[in-house]
Amino acid sequence: MNTFKLALRNLLRNHRRSLTTLLAMTIGAVSILLFGGYARNINYGLQTGYVQHSGHLQIQHKDYFLYGSGNPAAYGIRNYQHVIEVVKNDPVLAPMLTVVTPVLSLGGIGGNFAAGVSRTVVGSGVLVDDQNRMRLWNDYDFPLHPKKLALTGTAPDSAVIGTGVARVLQLCGPLKVKNCPQAQVAVASGADAPSDIAALSDQERVQDAAPTDTSPRIELLAANAHGAPNVASLKVVKAESQGVKEFDDLYVGLHLPQAQRLVYGAEQPQATAIAIQLKHTSQIPAATARLDALLGTTLKSEPLEVHDYATLNPSYGQITGMFSAIFGFIAILIGAIVLFTVGNTMSMAVVERTVEIGTLRAIGLRRGGIRRLFVTEGLLLGAIGAVLGVLVSLALAYLVNHGGLTWTPPGNSDPVPLTVRVWGEVPMIIGTAIGLMVVAVISAWWPARRAAKLEIVEALRHV
Amino acid sequence: MNPVILNKVAKHYRLDSVDVPALADINLEIHPQRFTVLSGPSGSGKTTLLNLIGCVDRPDSGEIIVAGEPVLALKDDALSDFRARRIGFIFQNFNLLPVLSAYENVEYPLLLNKTPPKQRRERVLSLLDAVGLADRARNRPGQLSGGQRQRVAIARALATEPTLVLADEPTANLDSHTGDAIIQLMRKMQRELKVTFVFSSHDPQVLAEADDVVSIRDGRITEIRRQEDVQ
Ligand SMILES: Nc1ncnc2c1ncn2[C@@H]1O[C@H](COP(=O)(O)OP(=O)(O)OP(=O)(O)O)[C@@H](O)[C@H]1O
Ligand SMILES: [Mg+2]
Repeated sequence: MNTFKLALRNLLRNHRRSLTTLLAMTIGAVSILLFGGYARNINYGLQTGYVQHSGHLQIQHKDYFLYGSGNPAAYGIRNYQHVIEVVKNDPVLAPMLTVVTPVLSLGGIGGNFAAGVSRTVVGSGVLVDDQNRMRLWNDYDFPLHPKKLALTGTAPDSAVIGTGVARVLQLCGPLKVKNCPQAQVAVASGADAPSDIAALSDQERVQDAAPTDTSPRIELLAANAHGAPNVASLKVVKAESQGVKEFDDLYVGLHLPQAQRLVYGAEQPQATAIAIQLKHTSQIPAATARLDALLGTTLKSEPLEVHDYATLNPSYGQITGMFSAIFGFIAILIGAIVLFTVGNTMSMAVVERTVEIGTLRAIGLRRGGIRRLFVTEGLLLGAIGAVLGVLVSLALAYLVNHGGLTWTPPGNSDPVPLTVRVWGEVPMIIGTAIGLMVVAVISAWWPARRAAKLEIVEALRHV
Repeated sequence: MNPVILNKVAKHYRLDSVDVPALADINLEIHPQRFTVLSGPSGSGKTTLLNLIGCVDRPDSGEIIVAGEPVLALKDDALSDFRARRIGFIFQNFNLLPVLSAYENVEYPLLLNKTPPKQRRERVLSLLDAVGLADRARNRPGQLSGGQRQRVAIARALATEPTLVLADEPTANLDSHTGDAIIQLMRKMQRELKVTFVFSSHDPQVLAEADDVVSIRDGRITEIRRQEDVQ
């Protein structure tokens, strides 16, 4: 008859009270785990989005992130092809890589001069095949069906624009964008387009435009590497919602060579970033360390630096931070409830069993033995509550995940299946279980101490 | 050597700033392997005296030596261990652990004593057999009658082969017939195991069985009648 068995039997003795206490703990554990699973899911969902679009890491020109965005002329990576070769062939990095691809971001003005409208835009020049491969990353097994980029298989002068850009440039009609109210303001006609820009645009168009094509065209005006204006005429193949309105109102996606020609003309093309996608997010520290080492030695000729997706997307940290704060709040609240529930249960048990405590002490159990007995009861309550909580959470999570619920995460344009991740989240499960047990032990500690301190004679006289 | 020696022992309780003298100037030696009864009217101090002998309470003054050990010098843990080894208790209300079976109740002091498993088992079974409850070993106290519970308690008190067994009115909660049987059982066990038994009672039946009788009144010993003196 060890302390454990004795404690268990004592819990079973007053099973109604033990069950009530267990129920409170189970509900507590379930709330923590389900919310934790939900928050985890959001975290992974955001992460997957970022990693699919811009990789885990980006190599950029030093200070580009802080000062250089939209200024490819001053902050381009000159030797980017060499850098990519080095990264891809590095024996340490190679096994971790899925995609390494250059990107050129540029700020400019997009104009539909035929309609006399223009707006500032951010152009993003990409290699379509690489981007499509990046979209396949799904390390967290989301039930996603990767869509190919709309630029896939299009002519070199094609572009995809955000629906916000389409709206302002009055291209909703030809691009068949739904929910696109037209501005009531009268605008100047295309005939008024500045002649010098029209001329620039015409020069460009001569090279590769197919005269029979009916797709609408826009002009993308940007500063070239020498600060002079340059224009590309782009064939808009599609308007696509970009989720976040600010981005949707700016986005122009185009093929990398086209973007490079716009900025660098006939000179050596550059990129503003090299996106690196890894097999697993957990490889970021190792990959970063290796990249830093390479940038300090082999690739020393250019001042480059490495950023991870969390740094590049500050909203990631803000959203996950907010969820962590809510999670912490819930955990503390539930910890307090468990503390008082178990404490109350154990206090009642001590009072009820006063004579028993006196008897045990009389026949030779030490004070420590009494304390251990009640603390063990608290621990057992905690352990059983934790196990029940985990099992119920797993069952509920299964039901939710197979219930066909959907939601639209922040920054997404399409709803995604609502899932809560409890299964497999070992640190969270173990942390919650241990936390619950620790709280149960702490709350059993005071009643146990009181029990141990009882005077034997007084305890035996108790009625 | 006498298993219990009390020298000038005194004890009083404080009740709302009024001193209630419970015991005064107690000088008493309990002789070994005897059946000693503390006798006296209600409130005379029998329970208080037994508690002091049993090392579960401390006097205000005086000296107490149990089994050769000046127990007042012992710290709480040492005293607990001492009780576990040397003293068996039988209570008026039986005080068995309700969640343990008869077998486990008898076994409990042996576990405190760290008796090896094989020895433990033999001891428990032979004691249950001796108190006539071999067939109720698996029953919990709730499934036993008062007399049966007190038999389990007797077996538990004797489990560690203590020097001393103390019983505070062990028959007060039993009908007279069952009480008699319990007294006879204790007498038998005391003789067989050569243990020193001390208990309190005002039951004439019990007094008749006693070797030595210690009479108490108002917290003082008024008479000690020993077997030799009777003869
Ligand atoms: N915890 C206590 N607080 C105050 N007074 C007490 C306490 N315990 C005992 N007393 C007093 O001490 C005296 C002796 O009590 P004790 O219980 O030893 O008597 P007793 O002989 O065992 O009586 P009974 O035959 O009724 O059990 C009584 O006057 C009692 O009121
Ligand atoms: Mg009494």
